[in-house]
Amino acid sequence: MKIDKESIKKIAHLARLEFDENSAEKMSKDMSKILDWVEQLNEVDTSNVEPLTTMSSEVNDMREDKVGTHMSHDEALKNAPKRDSDYFRVPKVLE
Amino acid sequence: MEKFSSFDEIKKSLEKKETDCRAIVEYYLKNIQTKAHLNAFVDVYEQSALEKADQLDEKIAKGKAGKLAGMVVGIKDVLNYQGQEANASSKILKGYISQFTTTAVQRLIDEDAIIIGRLNCDEFGMGSSNENSAHGKVLNALDESRVPGGSSGGSAVAVQANLCTVSLGTDTGGSVRQPAAFTGIIGMKPTYSRVSRWGLIAYASSFDTIGIFSKTVKDNALVMEIMAGHDEMDSTSSRKPVHPYSELLHFDKKVKIAYIQETIDSSALQPEIKENTLSVLEKLKAEGHEVEEVHFPLLKYALPTYYILTTAEASSNLSRFDGVKYGYRTPNAHNLESMYKLTRSEGFSEEVKRRIMLGTFVLSASYYDAYFTKAQKVRRLIKDFSENLLADFDYIIMPTTPTTAFKFGEHSGDPVAMYLEDLFTVQASVSGVPAISLPNGKDKSGMPIGLQILANSFKEAELYAFSNYITQITS
Repeated sequence: MKIDKESIKKIAHLARLEFDENSAEKMSKDMSKILDWVEQLNEVDTSNVEPLTTMSSEVNDMREDKVGTHMSHDEALKNAPKRDSDYFRVPKVLE
Repeated sequence: MEKFSSFDEIKKSLEKKETDCRAIVEYYLKNIQTKAHLNAFVDVYEQSALEKADQLDEKIAKGKAGKLAGMVVGIKDVLNYQGQEANASSKILKGYISQFTTTAVQRLIDEDAIIIGRLNCDEFGMGSSNENSAHGKVLNALDESRVPGGSSGGSAVAVQANLCTVSLGTDTGGSVRQPAAFTGIIGMKPTYSRVSRWGLIAYASSFDTIGIFSKTVKDNALVMEIMAGHDEMDSTSSRKPVHPYSELLHFDKKVKIAYIQETIDSSALQPEIKENTLSVLEKLKAEGHEVEEVHFPLLKYALPTYYILTTAEASSNLSRFDGVKYGYRTPNAHNLESMYKLTRSEGFSEEVKRRIMLGTFVLSASYYDAYFTKAQKVRRLIKDFSENLLADFDYIIMPTTPTTAFKFGEHSGDPVAMYLEDLFTVQASVSGVPAISLPNGKDKSGMPIGLQILANSFKEAELYAFSNYITQITS
């Protein structure tokens, strides 16, 4: 499957990434090559196979719904690049 | 001081009072300093390790020390350890300080293991050569012009070069077994869900496991029996009972072993690796075990299945790195959306971005069924085949890797060529079954060869016992 530069732009937006002209070109080549390679899966007949959606053999792992301390407010904010006393700070959403 | 190559030796020395924990830690610290150029350690916790050693020497004197007293452990830079930095070898996590400790690490600390530092790896565990790290590449101690393997390259070299007794790595598609093979040591990936993933910075959650590097099977088994078991913080972690693997190493029965024709006759396989693998199979036959060739035509589909599913899971897991809560934030943003995009574009390396892009693509509405669902279906076929085969046979034996450690830069131009390094390790990852890599001689250039053994899910005890036996008959 060929992924052109226009598609790279769309996927990059979904993934919240950005590429300049040169790296978009390289990404388009790499992705097209990798997708061609993974498409060999189409040789496998899976017409009566259910997709495997979980790897754990544990089902409905129940626990008591009790209040516990996991991380304090301070600890949670500690690594934030920008914060005030109570909240994470981010740039303006609307200009 | 003599060289400690196993925890057994350390324990004996401690019992005879020939050494104490402080001396053991000092021995490793000295080695770490001498071998600093290998770039295995990102951080060395010198002071806290020495303090802990002193506390342990008091505890030992009082007869109150835990099972791992005297064991010095390095941990991969994807495992959170409270109060210490963790970066997953990525610029995007620069400066991030863990606010909690990985369950598996905590369980070792609770038994008095000493954590000596954090170890270099490929960014977010994505790589097979440890060349893709914000901390720089790690050198193979046996030949410094060659890679140590990846992604847990630093963890492998730390044990290889005697910088700690054992180390923790993570294995998503071979990231413990492949570097173990490249460095000539033992690397174990447990059954999926056997060890809690709480605290592990996630790459692909339905594949990720925490694994162990060691020089002896017994050390590996001991660490596994302590780390394994259910954890309230990871609802996928198994409640199945954990056995005392290190006490169950005795092996005296005749077993059934399968080897897969498609691995042994693979055109990618280096001749010396084929030769050494066949020679182990011959020995096992001579010892009276049943050894049989089987066919697994789906083998070649394991790798593409792995890449579709892991990139999908990675694109989702890595969405949490947005410059808001922790780590790097771009100084160049003018609004929220450009903050996200620039932070992520500047913070992730090319390989990580490639995988996020692929994952986003295979999960996009128009292609979801053609790629993602298709791969989930093939995963079921591969898992069923592996489990059925392991119901008929006790073990599957194959090479760990198609080649021995390659030179730096050898695969850097072509992502698919690098992906092929995981050709033989992904089957166990796709199937969730446990697998171990054991040293199996060297090639013409003196680089180590790995032998891989797979057992059925939750058969860690049987896998360790058989591995111990193999190391005896091959040495």
